[in-house]
Amino acid sequence: MTEPLRNALLFVVVFGLILSTGFIQSWNTALLIFNMGLISAIMSLGVNLQWGFAGLFNVGVMGFVALGGLAVVLTSAGPVGEAWSAGGARVLAGLALGAATIGAAIALWKRMAPGRTRALAMVALLVAGFFAYRWVFDAGVQAVEAVNPASTGYLGGLGLPVLMAWPVGGLLAAGAAWIIGKTALGLRSDYLAIATLGIAEIIIAMLKNEDWLARGVKNVIGLPRPVPNEIDLQQSPAFVESAQGLGLDAVTASTLYVKLGYMGLFAVVLVVVLVLAQLALASPWGRMMRAIRDNETAAEAMGKDVKRRHLQIFILGSAVCGVAGAMMTTLDGQLTPGTYQPLRYTFLIWVMVIVGGSGNNFGAVLGGFLIWFLWVEVEPLGRLIMDLVTAPMAEGSWLKGHLLDAAAHMRLMTMGIVLLVVLRFSPRGLIPER
Amino acid sequence: MEFLNAIVALTNFVLIPATAYGAQLALGALGVTLIYGILRFSNFAHGDTMAFGTMSVVLATWGLQAMGVSLGPLPTALLALPVGILATIGLVLLTDRVVYRFYRAQKAKPVILVIVSIGVMFVLNGVVRFIIGPDDQNFADGGRFLLGAREFRNLTGLDEGLAIRTTQGITLVVAVIAVVLLFWFLNRTRTGKSMRAYSDNEDLALLSGINPERVVMVTWMIVAALAVVAGTLYGLDKSFKPFTYFQLLLPIFASAIVGGLGSPIGAIAGGFVIAYSEVMITYAWKKVLTYVLPETLAPDGLVQLLSTDYKFAVSFMILLIVLLFRPTGLFRGKSV
Repeated sequence: MTEPLRNALLFVVVFGLILSTGFIQSWNTALLIFNMGLISAIMSLGVNLQWGFAGLFNVGVMGFVALGGLAVVLTSAGPVGEAWSAGGARVLAGLALGAATIGAAIALWKRMAPGRTRALAMVALLVAGFFAYRWVFDAGVQAVEAVNPASTGYLGGLGLPVLMAWPVGGLLAAGAAWIIGKTALGLRSDYLAIATLGIAEIIIAMLKNEDWLARGVKNVIGLPRPVPNEIDLQQSPAFVESAQGLGLDAVTASTLYVKLGYMGLFAVVLVVVLVLAQLALASPWGRMMRAIRDNETAAEAMGKDVKRRHLQIFILGSAVCGVAGAMMTTLDGQLTPGTYQPLRYTFLIWVMVIVGGSGNNFGAVLGGFLIWFLWVEVEPLGRLIMDLVTAPMAEGSWLKGHLLDAAAHMRLMTMGIVLLVVLRFSPRGLIPER
Repeated sequence: MEFLNAIVALTNFVLIPATAYGAQLALGALGVTLIYGILRFSNFAHGDTMAFGTMSVVLATWGLQAMGVSLGPLPTALLALPVGILATIGLVLLTDRVVYRFYRAQKAKPVILVIVSIGVMFVLNGVVRFIIGPDDQNFADGGRFLLGAREFRNLTGLDEGLAIRTTQGITLVVAVIAVVLLFWFLNRTRTGKSMRAYSDNEDLALLSGINPERVVMVTWMIVAALAVVAGTLYGLDKSFKPFTYFQLLLPIFASAIVGGLGSPIGAIAGGFVIAYSEVMITYAWKKVLTYVLPETLAPDGLVQLLSTDYKFAVSFMILLIVLLFRPTGLFRGKSV
């Protein structure tokens, strides 16, 4: 079997699995899986840029995804004028002061001669800057959060169309990646992993606590949507009529219509990212990246600026994850910082990349769809298996109840086993790098 | 008097909890650092190994409690500890045999082993939730306090109380015993010496006839024992929840790296550095400052440098500072 044929068959199998969900469960479930599959595919393309192209071990994907979600709030939520007049200026001034302190500390470190004086001066500057920052910032935050805390209590966004939030999500993630890359790149792989893992946790902690920014764990709900509302569709006579023409009732038709709308938007983004990633992989730049990945010393000897290239691709990959994060928050219509968990948003994406085939963009896409399908479907399947296993047991026995309850936790185990099996028997993934 | 009160408040809210937490982190970091020294990879599954071990201890404790066995004022979990250790040794030896050994034979790159350990982490996470569920489990019993706050106030006549919980006392005692045993083993016994030799220079160790598989096996056994002890102490002190153990991974790694990966003494120092800074930076200093400062200067706010939810940020900042300015850690671990 030739390689393209084999790869095409793999895609057919995965899409067939999702289609079969449509026939067996419902078309709504199938479309839901497919839409999240599209988003997962974009995330795993981002991670594949970093790991597959450049060998950077980033386990802070969750942080960039969450920043993308934050971008949706900051761009598309309506501004809260009252909060802005109450403390907006003071909050911004505080942030500026904080940034200036860090900038000044870096400048001081670079300018002054090494020695004890330099260290002491920098510490003194940082401590003084921290207290000044807190003094300006805290009062502003209190004022903002006091504005109608039950429904707003935050600064709100710019009120722009929600589609604008997707590139903004990419930019926000790219900015964070620049800061992280400046400090943490150049460490060896394990250290970079720990550093990114920590940064992701910090970003989530920030989203949870900084209520003035995006309401923290009180969540921002009712974000604007790029597609029509189901209710509006059901009330429009033209839509109901055409739905009946297709032999569907208005409610089902409207949910399907909305999901298909999202699907179209997401598919466009996926195709754009995939095409760009393919072009990058085949270009001299892509070959240089892989050369650096395979042998840093040799690449450096050839005059390549390894650190700069690493920073570049780290930012690009993170930006892609940010865009995907923004898309996901748009699909949900709300930002819920409490739901971001590293197993789901970081390590699951890694499973997608490894299983799909690191270094191969199509592999990453395939992995995204396949693993997402498994993640969703393992739970009902586990339930089914447990029902079969426990069927002969006595009704109401302790073990039976425990096994049935525990079926929900099968998905983590399955993901781990899938990852371990692929690493062992097909370490280059389903669609290996060429 | 005011000054004494300040010291007591500081001890009660900062020093004692941070010491207990530091001992727990140090034990966890020792496990990470040993794996790093001998097997040469960062074990992401360590937090979940701790969770698995603690889970076995919890189950054994419940069993003992059901049989009516108790240690009086001490928690029954201490009796169940050996059971948990044995179960966890079995588990890690099994994962080593089924998973890690293959990659060791291939001489796979460390980062591949890290990814493999992520797979193991997923599986263990699933196993623990499958057996005991994702919820909080409380398994501490026995006396609550070695020294109660009211007792202390009556004893000394101070306004501030000082309480030492039994779990905090036990944490320190058990941690000291574990560390002494570990260092005795590493420095005095033949197997311990062969472990250190293997960690320093693999090829030389092989030439002098050290059996690598044996070294690896002993390492896993020690790591399992340390992980169970650390996890159980943490669970007794706070409570057992699988997800918390996964989150402990970050401060544990920070401790090991701050101390210098591969250096056992560094892991202990790192654990305490991280614990003290976490507690001190997230503690609200109002109480202590009100005692120390003259009344005119008394603070209005809580004087909390960072909210408690940012405790990960603290361990992380320290980690970053150490990595930037002293990449091999405080105690010169393995070179970068």
